[in-house]
Amino acid sequence: MSKERTRVLVVDDEEIVRESLSGWLAKDGYTLDTAPDGPTAIDKLKRERWSILLVDLKMPGMDGLQVLETAKTIQPDVAVVIMTAYATVETAVEAMKLGAYDYLVKPFDPEELSLMMVKIVAQQQLVRENVLLRKVLKRDFHFRDMLSKSPVMHRMFDLARSAARSQSTVLILGESGTGKELLARAIHAESPRQSAPFVAVSCASLTETLLESELFGHEKGSFTGAVSRRKGKFESAQGGTLFLDEIGDISSKLQLDLLRVLEERKFFRVGGSEAVEVDARIIAATNRDLRKAAETGQFRDDLYYRLNVIPITLPPLRERLEDVPLLVEHFLETLNLEMSHRIEEVSADALAALMRYDWPGNVRELRNVLERGMVVAKGALIMPEDLGLDAVTTPRQAPIDVTLSLDEVEHRHIAAVLQHGGGNVTHAARILGIDRVTLYNKIRKYGLRRVEEHNGDAT
Amino acid sequence: MTADVHIWWLGADAPDVGLLDALRSAIHAVFGVSVRIDHRPDRPTDAFDPRRGQHSSTQILKWLVGRSPGSSRMLAVTDVDLFIPVLTFVFGEAQLGGDAAVVSTARLATGLDGAPSRALFDSRVVKECVHELGHTYGLIHCDSGVCVMSRSVNLIDVDAKHPALCADCEARYRALHRKGNHHE
Repeated sequence: MSKERTRVLVVDDEEIVRESLSGWLAKDGYTLDTAPDGPTAIDKLKRERWSILLVDLKMPGMDGLQVLETAKTIQPDVAVVIMTAYATVETAVEAMKLGAYDYLVKPFDPEELSLMMVKIVAQQQLVRENVLLRKVLKRDFHFRDMLSKSPVMHRMFDLARSAARSQSTVLILGESGTGKELLARAIHAESPRQSAPFVAVSCASLTETLLESELFGHEKGSFTGAVSRRKGKFESAQGGTLFLDEIGDISSKLQLDLLRVLEERKFFRVGGSEAVEVDARIIAATNRDLRKAAETGQFRDDLYYRLNVIPITLPPLRERLEDVPLLVEHFLETLNLEMSHRIEEVSADALAALMRYDWPGNVRELRNVLERGMVVAKGALIMPEDLGLDAVTTPRQAPIDVTLSLDEVEHRHIAAVLQHGGGNVTHAARILGIDRVTLYNKIRKYGLRRVEEHNGDAT
Repeated sequence: MTADVHIWWLGADAPDVGLLDALRSAIHAVFGVSVRIDHRPDRPTDAFDPRRGQHSSTQILKWLVGRSPGSSRMLAVTDVDLFIPVLTFVFGEAQLGGDAAVVSTARLATGLDGAPSRALFDSRVVKECVHELGHTYGLIHCDSGVCVMSRSVNLIDVDAKHPALCADCEARYRALHRKGNHHE
C-alpha cells in the first residue's frame, strides 16, 4: 500500500504535539489528521477508515486506553500506538493486552518512530496481500458453494459442470453429510435452468401416500383431507430442477410411478385423469449402494438405469482429509458471521485432532463440531477440548435417571444417537433398530432438528 | 534587495562564512533560485526549553514566518540543538509548502575529528539545508536512499544521500514550480 493510502490519526490534547507529530509524518507522505480528544477520535473512526492511530495516554475525559479499547471494536485492524510521557509497567502491559501495536515513551527517538511506522505499513500491506491471495486461492477451490482442493473432488466438479450443461438425469451417490444437496444445487445453478426453481424432496421422510401426493400433487377430494387441488413438486419444479433425495428409500409402488414419469415425461395428479407434462430436470441422490439394491431386487433395476445416466460420487471426508483445514477456515468465516463471533482460528492441536478424526458424519459433522467449538471456546482460539470429539468417539455410560418418562428417555436417546452419527438418519435408524420413516416421525414428534436442515453451505 | 531564498545564521557562535557560501551555491545549483545571506542580530527568545536544554524548531519556524522580506523563503541555520515535542531531536524542520525552514548543525559534527572531516561536515549541512528547503517547495520524503529528499533519522542516512534531487523529485519540483507552488 502506498504511503498516501496509509491514513494516520494523531490523538493528543496538546496542540503542539498534534502539529509537530503530524507535520513530521506528513513529510513521509502519509495522509494525516488530528483529534484533540478521545470522543473526537472515536467519531472520526466511526466515519472513516484509519490505518494507524497515535494516541496520547493521558488525556482529560477519555484516556488513551479507552480510545484504544473502543477503536479496536470499531476498526479491529487499526494499529494503535500509545504515547506517554509517564510510562509505567502496568499501563504498558494493559495497553498491550488491549491490543496496542506499541507503547512509546515521549520523547522518542526519530529512528524508533520512523522504523515503527515502516513496520506497521509493511505488516498491514502483508495482511492485505494475504487476504487477497486467500480469496484468489479460494476461487480456484470453489464449485459454487462447494470447496475442495482434493484432485478427486476437482475431477468430480468438472464432471458436474459438464452434467449441468446437459438435460440428462444425474444420480449423486455419497455418504450422509458429504453435500449431495449442495452439489445438486450447484449443478442447477450452473445449468441453463438456473433462473427456474430448484425443488428438493426428501423421499425418506414421508410415508408412501404422502410422498405420492407431495410429488405429483392431488385433485380436490381425491382422499380424505384433500380439500382443494394441490400442485406437486414435479409441477413446482417446471422449467427447473427436481432434486429427489434419499431415492433409495422409496417404496416399490413409487419406484414404478417414478419410472413411468421418467419414461413418458408426464404424470397424473393423485385422483386426477388429466396428464401433466414434465419439464423438470431430475437429480436424484442416495447414500445407499443403489447398484447392489438393484441387483438384489430391492430397487427396480429399470429405474436404476433410468436414474444412473450421469452418476457422480461424492467421496467421504475421511478420504479427502487434506480439505479439513480449508473447510475449517471457511466454516469459521461463515459461522463468525452467522453467530456474530470473533473466533480467529483453530489451535494447531485442535486442527491435528480434526485431521485425526474419521468423520462418519462427513462435512456436516465437521461444521457441527466447529459450531460447538465456537460456542464453548473461551478466547479467540478453539482448543482441542472445545471440540468435544472425545465425547463423540467414546460416549460415556451415563447413569440412568429414574425420574424420566419413557418418552423423555426415547427423546434423549434418539438425540444422542443422531449426534453420535453426525445427523446421519440411516445410520441412526440402524442403531435404533427402526426404519427411517419411523425415525423421521419421532424426530418430528420430539422437535429434534435434523442437522442437515440447517446446514446449507460449503462441503 | 530581496532574493528567492534568504539564509539567516541564527547560531550562538559567529557564523561560518565559508559554510554559508557553500550553502548558497548548493541551493542555487539544486533549485535554480537566487540566494542571499543575511547577517541579522535578532534571535527568537522563546524557543529555548530549559527542561530539555534544547530549542524548539517549531517555535523558531513560527518566529521566522513574517520576518521574510517580501515573498522570499527563509532558511535559518543554527548551531543549537533542535527538538519537536515528541522526538528527542531533529536535524531540522520545515513548513511543507510554506515559507520557513530551520537546520541545526549541532549533531552533524558528531563523529568527526580533524581537518579532513571538515568537508564531510559541510556536505552534511548542505544536504540537510537543501532537504528542508525542498519541503518548503512541497517535496515530501523520497524512497530513494540517495536522494537528498530521503528521510534522515541518523548520520548514516545523511551520509548515504547525495546533495541533489533524484530524477523523480527533480521532475516533481519542476511540476510544482510550474503550477505556481512557489514564491518566485
